Amino acid sequence: MHLGESMRECEYSQISTRSSTPMETPYKKRTPKKRKWETFPGRNKFYCDGRIMMAKQTGVFYLTLVLILVTCGLFFVFDCPFLALQLTPIIPVIGGALFLFVLGTLLRTSFSDPGVLPRATPDEAADLERQIDVANGSTGYRPPPRTKEIVINGQTVKLKYCFTCKIFRPPRTSHCSLCDNCVERFDHHCPWVGNCVGRRNYRFFYMFILSLSFLTIFIFAFVITHIILSSHQNGFLSALKESPASVLEVVVCFFSVWSIVGLSGFHTYLISSNQTTNEDIKGSWSSKRGKDNYNPYSYGNIFTNCCAALCGPLPPSLIDRRGFVESDAPQLAPPTNGITMYGATHSQQSHMAAATPLLQQQSSEPVILTASPENGTTLPSRASLTLGGPCTSLPLGQPTPPTSTPSLSCHEVTDMLPIHGHTLNHSHPLQEQMAHHHYLTPEEVPSPPGMLPCSSPLGHSHTVQASFYNPASQDSLHEDSVRGLVKLSSV
Amino acid sequence: MATEFHNLQELRHSASLANKVFIQRDYSDGTTCKFQTKFPSELESRIERTLFEDTVKTLNNFYAEAEKIGGQSYLEGCLACATAYLIFLCMETRYEKVLKKIAKYIQEQNEKIYAPRGLLITDPIERGMRVIEISIYEDRGSSSSSSGSSSVSGSTAR
Repeated sequence: MHLGESMRECEYSQISTRSSTPMETPYKKRTPKKRKWETFPGRNKFYCDGRIMMAKQTGVFYLTLVLILVTCGLFFVFDCPFLALQLTPIIPVIGGALFLFVLGTLLRTSFSDPGVLPRATPDEAADLERQIDVANGSTGYRPPPRTKEIVINGQTVKLKYCFTCKIFRPPRTSHCSLCDNCVERFDHHCPWVGNCVGRRNYRFFYMFILSLSFLTIFIFAFVITHIILSSHQNGFLSALKESPASVLEVVVCFFSVWSIVGLSGFHTYLISSNQTTNEDIKGSWSSKRGKDNYNPYSYGNIFTNCCAALCGPLPPSLIDRRGFVESDAPQLAPPTNGITMYGATHSQQSHMAAATPLLQQQSSEPVILTASPENGTTLPSRASLTLGGPCTSLPLGQPTPPTSTPSLSCHEVTDMLPIHGHTLNHSHPLQEQMAHHHYLTPEEVPSPPGMLPCSSPLGHSHTVQASFYNPASQDSLHEDSVRGLVKLSSV
Repeated sequence: MATEFHNLQELRHSASLANKVFIQRDYSDGTTCKFQTKFPSELESRIERTLFEDTVKTLNNFYAEAEKIGGQSYLEGCLACATAYLIFLCMETRYEKVLKKIAKYIQEQNEKIYAPRGLLITDPIERGMRVIEISIYEDRGSSSSSSGSSSVSGSTAR
């Protein structure tokens, strides 16, 4: 019963939901149900029971929020009354609308899933391993080239294998080393919004920077107007004395307007050519790479590209954050469970259906061994079955030939540890260490430095980013965010 | 000797999960969700080629419908943009509607066609839209030489 309820909540897992075997119930009652975000393998923060998802380091996001709130607050309190009286009350109305829009899009960008790809299930990973081994033949010790070439709209694209997620990264997907997730249509990791920018939140991000540049220009213009008007009445110095807040706003707006407008200009260019920041910086589709190098994702005209990026259908989140994790203990048992039912009753559809979600979940958790004796005591009939599982498994480990294991082994460890860390304690020292190790994986470093000085838009982007990130070094942000920034600007 | 013993053990539990087949994505037309219609050899003795191809093609059509860029998606996008995307908090997107249809379709197919043949399709949304996972179940009494290969090698590798 419990299982049935819980499954109904995660919308798309339909096959399994209908019938829950009565045998499941006693387990479920003893272990508290866990939602999937609680065991999420990436380095993310979740709030509101998984509804809100952000990167681990959110310091700079709060800085952004405070800057926007303070500047707008000062504008509405000190400048708007004067402007509304002297000019027109429409000014605060427009300002308010813009402000709300900026805030709305900022929060949408920061709080939503950027398009994280869930990691491969053990089965899927094993299947890929086998394919790689077949492709490699039996040519021994050489580490297999873990890339796959595919043709997209006539352009050859290389897919890299992600050792953390155990998948061939789909086209345009990149692994964010700060969040430790593969993100679809990865644009960049933006510390200012405290999240990755990817397929699912790019449009929010773009509307955020676009509206923010309008808001900054708007405030800048009207604060100057305010100062000029009041200095006509009382003289320049007394006008400044009268509203010192205006001076502060002018300073903040003056310094931020360039980077924000530059950034939105840059992203407008990217959207109109259907590129991501990542691709633009690497120069993936730059004609300097080869004569017939072109962007295979572009629709061929600026208008369609813009519409597709901003008004295309919004893809769903692939990590079912609020779905329930099927608890660890029965993960190995169910195969046998479903099977015995089938053997006994022959009404295979429903029972097999009931067994599948658990089968698919028979992942990795080392808890299995400690849990099975427990099963034995509660349900003696199961003891033999659970033991049967590991036994049958032994000879079948072979299909993954030894050739591939050495290259994977260290990553295997990397992967296992976070799982432990997450279930036990979020800031496990080992996990941190491993995370550190992860930074150094060459696989994750997005572009070799040799590629950097190439296309003309690149120079543009670089200056934009440099000026954009400058303020951060002045503030004493904690080390991690700075490291993130440095990494990002080095991209 | 050891392997024989294990096979015997396994024979006792009929219809175990024997293998899993993964239908990969087809990226030839870009990043829209589309799966390869190539018939996997593992299914040859289990299901007719046309039935399988029909299923995958129907799924592909569903995804194409969900990701189609046209008047309706523009309207939805502009409306959402006008409300600073807050409308998505209470409105279901077209994509989500189609996903529900897909889930329903897969369940139907499983009940009608796949389960009687000892196969089960998993909704791609549960696998990050990367693969269509088809689990193959082995019946009681049939040879289990290959059984468990993929599923178990995965768990022992951990």
